[in-house]
Amino acid sequence: MSYEPRIVLSVEGVHAGYGHVSVVRGIDLRVAEGELVTLIGANGAGKSTLLKTIVGLVSPTAGTIHFLEQDITRMRPDRAVRAGLALVPEGRMLFGPMTVEENLELGAHARDRSDSAEDLKRVFDLFPVLQERRSQTAATLSGGEQQMLAVARALMARPRLLLLDEPSLGLAPKVIKEIFAALDRLKAEGLTILLVEQDARLALKHADRGYVMRTGSIALAGNAADLLADDDVRLIYLGAWHGEGESS
Amino acid sequence: MGATELLQFALAGLKNGSIYALVALGFTLVYAATGVINFAQGEFYMLGGMLSVWAYAGLGLPLPLAGLVGVVSTAAIGVIFELLAIRQRKDGDPLALIIITVGGSMVLSSMARHLFGPNERPLPLFSGGGSVSVFGAVLEVQTIWIIGMTAIAVACLWYLYNRTGLGRAMRACAVNRDAARIVGIDTRLMVTVSFLLAAGLGALAGLAVTPLTQTAFDVGPTVGIKGFAAAILGGLGNPIAAVVGGLVLGMLESVSIAFISSTYKDAIALVVLLAVLFVRPQGLLGRSRREKV
Repeated sequence: MSYEPRIVLSVEGVHAGYGHVSVVRGIDLRVAEGELVTLIGANGAGKSTLLKTIVGLVSPTAGTIHFLEQDITRMRPDRAVRAGLALVPEGRMLFGPMTVEENLELGAHARDRSDSAEDLKRVFDLFPVLQERRSQTAATLSGGEQQMLAVARALMARPRLLLLDEPSLGLAPKVIKEIFAALDRLKAEGLTILLVEQDARLALKHADRGYVMRTGSIALAGNAADLLADDDVRLIYLGAWHGEGESS
Repeated sequence: MGATELLQFALAGLKNGSIYALVALGFTLVYAATGVINFAQGEFYMLGGMLSVWAYAGLGLPLPLAGLVGVVSTAAIGVIFELLAIRQRKDGDPLALIIITVGGSMVLSSMARHLFGPNERPLPLFSGGGSVSVFGAVLEVQTIWIIGMTAIAVACLWYLYNRTGLGRAMRACAVNRDAARIVGIDTRLMVTVSFLLAAGLGALAGLAVTPLTQTAFDVGPTVGIKGFAAAILGGLGNPIAAVVGGLVLGMLESVSIAFISSTYKDAIALVVLLAVLFVRPQGLLGRSRREKV
């Protein structure tokens, strides 16, 4: 630890929820430049809500979020995208009746599009199948292709930080492999990534560091390799983490 | 009934249908951006006529300029209405917004009554009172103006919607507002733009019709209902469907006059509205269910 890399994202004491239901309860989290950090935890732990809070789809009730030294707490999503964030959302949220190419062009909506041809080339290089399908509507793609399109659309914004929400959900192992290979490549190119995953083993294998989230708070944090070897994490991964005696 | 008479009715249907199409486009554009039916849409039609009359008779501007003033100032009123009334409702609750548009409609027509009086106001024909004969049927020149202006407006809107970045962003909002936000689209701006366009298109219809029918502060709701029926008939949210719905409704009205009685003309829109809602709620061109992506 000779030098301290630049912190890209810093989440401090963030609480958030829907109506009177609080889902995220005091989260502290940091992502440094070039890191792939994963946020793992069971269904309903609040992982997706935290990502939505970071991009501004959900307003935090307390805490602060800084992105590249800029305070983005409660910033509208379109502004957050302009600031350099891009989200690959849960359920992909593609524009179904529009073509693959239109979806990608929309990904570049937030910035000057004069050079979007170059970005199209980059994402087609990453996911060649999208080039074959470029004039098909997004709704006609397979689940795996849709996930690739969701990742590609986010990349079109040229983000400084890519947020992914469960990119492996509901996909065949072969497709998951392809998508995670793409993430590895993006990381190697220097992109900073925050990955939310239910498949903890998969996520930790590709990540530098991990946070384990449980009922709205961070239960554990550490290097991916350490977490992978951690008995408690194995237990959650197997769905056996619990505490009957605990109340929350 | 001879072919010439049928053609005469068809031309009348096309004329009225063009008007309904423009008003229906207003409904559909706002619905696409907000998920809300704007019940003030008919008032934009009224304002287009009334403000043009005001600019022509009150300010003494030449007719083309007066028409431009009428349409542009109505579009501006649409924007102001959105900023002052719609945008203030931060959560975007559809029911609350619909009630706001109903209230807005009353405010706009009351204001028009106070400012311009309760009487019917005329506007001269755009290019004189001539008519041309089409296979024996009489086609008034003003009708050509109405159909032509509608065609041009629809073509411009089609271009905007399908060939520009702004249009693409508007379509994206219509598909999924949250998805639009996370690719960096300012969805509130898109709502404002939709009101601008809806008010402008409604005003254009009001302007084009006034030389034939005159206008008054209370013409909005009747045309509003017809435009709404046309938008539902075509399938809400789809501009092409709104145009188709408008033209079909205009034709249906004409057919009803030809074969039943002109007494029931204004009831046709309501019958169509109910029939569509019962039988095919997604409209003629609507998909039965939005595919989930």
